[in-house]
Amino acid sequence: MKFDCLVWLIPALPLAAFAVNIFFGKTTGEKAGWIAVAASLLSCVIGLALCAQVWGGKVFAASMPWFDAGESAMRFGYLIDPLAATLLFVVLVVGTLIQIYSVGYMHGDARYPRFFAYISLFMTAMLTLVISDNYLLFFIAWEIMGLCSYLLIGYWFEKNSAADASLKAFLTTRIGDVGFFLGILTLFHITGTLGFSDMLRVLDPQTNSAIFQHPLLPVAALLIFCGTIGKSAQFPLHVWLPDAMEGPTSVSALIHAATMVAAGVYLLARSFTVFMYFPTVLLIVTVIGTLTALMAAFIALTQTDIKRVLAYSTISQLGFMVAAIGLGSPAAAIFHLMTHAFFKALLFLGAGSVIHGTGTQDLRELGGLFGKMKSTAMTFLIGSLAIAGVPPLAGFWSKDEILLGAFMESRWIYLALSTAAFMTAFYMFRLVFLTFFGKPRNTHIHAHESPAVMTLPLWALAAGSLLIGLPGSVWMHHTFQSFLHLGHHAESAAAGMVMNVSIAVGLAGILLAFLFYVLAPAIPAFLGRILKPFYLLSQNKLYFDELYSAIAVRPFNQLADSVLFWFDKNVVDGLVNFAGIFTGFVSAMVRRLQTGLVQNYLLILFAGVLCLLYFEGR
Amino acid sequence: MNAAAVVQDLKAFLPELCLLGGAFLVLLVDLFVKNKKILPALALLALAAAAVPAIPFRGTQALFSGFFTLDAFTHFFRLLALGASAVWVILSAGYKPLQKQYEGEYYTLVLFMALALVLMAASTNLLMIFLSIEFVSILSYLLVGFEKKNSQSKEASVKYLLFGSVASALMLYGISLVFGATGSLELTAIPAKLDDPSFYGLTLTGSILLLAGLGFKISMAPFHLWAPDAYEGAPAPFTAFLTVAPKAIGFAVLMRVLTGAFHWFSFEWSPILMVLSILTMTIGNITAVAQTNVKRLLAYSSIGQAGYILMGLAAATPLGLTAVLYYLLAYAFTNLGVFAVAIVVGSGTGSYELESYRGLAKRAPVLSACMVVFLLSLAGIPPLAGFFAKLYVFSAVIENRYYLMAAAAAINSAVAAFYYLRIVRQMYLVPADETSRIWSCPVTRFTIFILLAGTIILGLVPAPFIDYFKALLPF
Repeated sequence: MKFDCLVWLIPALPLAAFAVNIFFGKTTGEKAGWIAVAASLLSCVIGLALCAQVWGGKVFAASMPWFDAGESAMRFGYLIDPLAATLLFVVLVVGTLIQIYSVGYMHGDARYPRFFAYISLFMTAMLTLVISDNYLLFFIAWEIMGLCSYLLIGYWFEKNSAADASLKAFLTTRIGDVGFFLGILTLFHITGTLGFSDMLRVLDPQTNSAIFQHPLLPVAALLIFCGTIGKSAQFPLHVWLPDAMEGPTSVSALIHAATMVAAGVYLLARSFTVFMYFPTVLLIVTVIGTLTALMAAFIALTQTDIKRVLAYSTISQLGFMVAAIGLGSPAAAIFHLMTHAFFKALLFLGAGSVIHGTGTQDLRELGGLFGKMKSTAMTFLIGSLAIAGVPPLAGFWSKDEILLGAFMESRWIYLALSTAAFMTAFYMFRLVFLTFFGKPRNTHIHAHESPAVMTLPLWALAAGSLLIGLPGSVWMHHTFQSFLHLGHHAESAAAGMVMNVSIAVGLAGILLAFLFYVLAPAIPAFLGRILKPFYLLSQNKLYFDELYSAIAVRPFNQLADSVLFWFDKNVVDGLVNFAGIFTGFVSAMVRRLQTGLVQNYLLILFAGVLCLLYFEGR
Repeated sequence: MNAAAVVQDLKAFLPELCLLGGAFLVLLVDLFVKNKKILPALALLALAAAAVPAIPFRGTQALFSGFFTLDAFTHFFRLLALGASAVWVILSAGYKPLQKQYEGEYYTLVLFMALALVLMAASTNLLMIFLSIEFVSILSYLLVGFEKKNSQSKEASVKYLLFGSVASALMLYGISLVFGATGSLELTAIPAKLDDPSFYGLTLTGSILLLAGLGFKISMAPFHLWAPDAYEGAPAPFTAFLTVAPKAIGFAVLMRVLTGAFHWFSFEWSPILMVLSILTMTIGNITAVAQTNVKRLLAYSSIGQAGYILMGLAAATPLGLTAVLYYLLAYAFTNLGVFAVAIVVGSGTGSYELESYRGLAKRAPVLSACMVVFLLSLAGIPPLAGFFAKLYVFSAVIENRYYLMAAAAAINSAVAAFYYLRIVRQMYLVPADETSRIWSCPVTRFTIFILLAGTIILGLVPAPFIDYFKALLPF
């Protein structure tokens, strides 16, 4: 049990780095990055040792009383089971690599120490969330992550678009968070506990079947799902994530691709005990996930900003994971979460490297970078092959797992997800061909390869994207899925067929992209003309922003400007002013008592005693 | 009681003897030593020596024919008093207005005060309670007027003396009535003798007079009128101490008296304490709003805080009493912290006016940050100690369905937040007239960090403390 005392260090070390960089930023200066990396690296060493033990069959759990809430005591503790260990592994490894990369990427930034302070705070929150053993601590960490996301999206707050994007992200996710919090309260009301292990015990159909008759239990599940919809950018709250790309690219990689947005999926996997007994709720989850996967992939087809393509791709992949949960295979979702963290972080960091080397992120200006940025191009290609689902790279195995689950549940969902997978392969290779092949479209750009501090993390992540899928593959007998203990691996006679279709779909997407963007570049323009309505729909992101602006933002602003402004000005201000004046008045009255004359004091003393005697003696 | 028994009891009296010895030692050393810096160190040593025998806990033990009782409850308040005294000594060591030639007397009085509080915490006999309270009061009169050149200090001292004497007289009269009705002064013996209904009125009158006397100690309205003058006039380190330790021990005695001796009419205590609690917090908070002197503002704030603590006592349930204990500990850390910062700022700027806090965040960034934490804790913002303290007294009150009281306390909290945040506003939002850094001595800074850690830890992990306090209640 020698590791138990070290568990707290995992979030505490980044917290220390945060404290140092936020309070002594002027002193740490250029060293700030390495302080954050060192803290993260140490956490990583401890965390990986723990993960190894969990892989060996151990579970780490401890808690202590926190405070009393009515009859039940809130507890405060950690739970590192296979599920948490998987997330711990992903967050620590990917997080550390991204921080190393950031040392190079953010070099020369005016607020360099502050950037790393925020990143360390984010790491603290994310790690706390992962090892938390109850919903309350989970929610606190979840909210701190939201704050960090807000701070980092608006990191370059001098830019209006960044400031707007940070606000949009914060407010949009807040809608989901309110639902999530109500869900936690409802769950607490029904079960009387917030601990994950206790929840498992209470929600046992064998011993406690009566609780499943509670009409609010499915409502609680749906409310918790709201949290996922907000945080993991699912339809209809997905609109914040593309705008979040205003933040530094390493932030996009860490928070808005690999870890924070995946926390919503982790939440679903953690809460699966609440969901699994309600088919209707699971169906809603599946439909939302599938819809998101399809819709985001469709939008990604025509985007011209390299980071936005990746952002929509992230939304789409998160949709795959959410759908997998809804289809009753959380193991597949978590498997995809893990592989996705590696290849999507790799793709974002590759994009960052391209932006760093060329100064632009517009696909219409890029091209022909393969020769100039060999490391970036090679690793980006590996990441793209992984996400497109080419065996034996990581993405293939996890996506295949999800598709197999879908195939066994519903042919329609399977069809939709396969279509999304096809579009994924297509838009990713559109990105690859437009960026790295052909001729440079803007001759003023003189691209250069990024320094080693940036390319080394790329290669490390590329290695991960190659290998991390293997523990979950047929070749290793789905070891990873049985390790997770989240239901059994689906065995089906159709497995081989699904796998072949999946390979075919991926390759078809890549070939089509090759045809469109290398062999015959005239085709996309021609198709754009004849399929103009679809093209415009995709390019304008299905007009979600315009829709929300029309039905929510603008009416609310108008309401705020007119009615609410009047209400605020007259009623609220009036009340506040009244309270102030009233308090001041009473204060002046009471102060009269304090005359400074002892005679008066004694008079009041005696009057007080007499009053007491009168009221008690009555 | 034979001599052997006295010697036996004296062994359990080691903390008191340490303090007594320390007090005389300081006085003696002062005569022969030029370097007065040694005196506070000596006083700290004596306090530490008193704390060591206070730490091992030996179950419940009656001393000197029941004049004192040693139990976990006593033990907690003793350590609280000794800790607060130690902070007082440290803050005094860096406090300039104390004239050099009187330092010997000052630290002797400090140790006597610690002794008086330690005695008061253990007293379970009405006569002993009276004597120890009188001991504390007389020392307080002296210490409030200790800045002899300061006319405000002298005036406060005299007023305090006059007011205190009357309160003592009332209490003594009350005690004599109780003795007349029950024939006993021992807290544990009184309930058994209260069966005779013909003495009901007499006991009631006596206990109300007793309440007035104890209310004076904890600055409960309407017996609080001495407090603002005394708190403002006293040397600032003593004000810090006075708002914390005698108040906490006063609550200890009040708890013992109300729940031990007179628990038979706890149903009648509750409404009266409720009214007094609401009155205390309202007067404290509302008057604090109009203050422009930080010392006076904190004086009223501490009256308001006493009102919240009384809420737990009014609830009179185990939860309420646990809440009182937790509140007292949280309040000790937080209020000593606030005063520690105020004293450093006062020495740096030479003024306790609110205006001198302008732009403090630039002049003393770390200190300002600490101050914010302390003020937020006083205002009851999570996750600090003050939040859980309020949470627990509120839940105790709501458990008893005293909704009116909970509402009054909630309104009061909002008012209180206003004036606490006003200090924060001065520190962070109003630009400074002056930009020189404010110096603080390392020992003071260290003490502030300890108090800060206490404020934060109590808030982050309240449960172990609550469990400890639950086990502490002797009633």
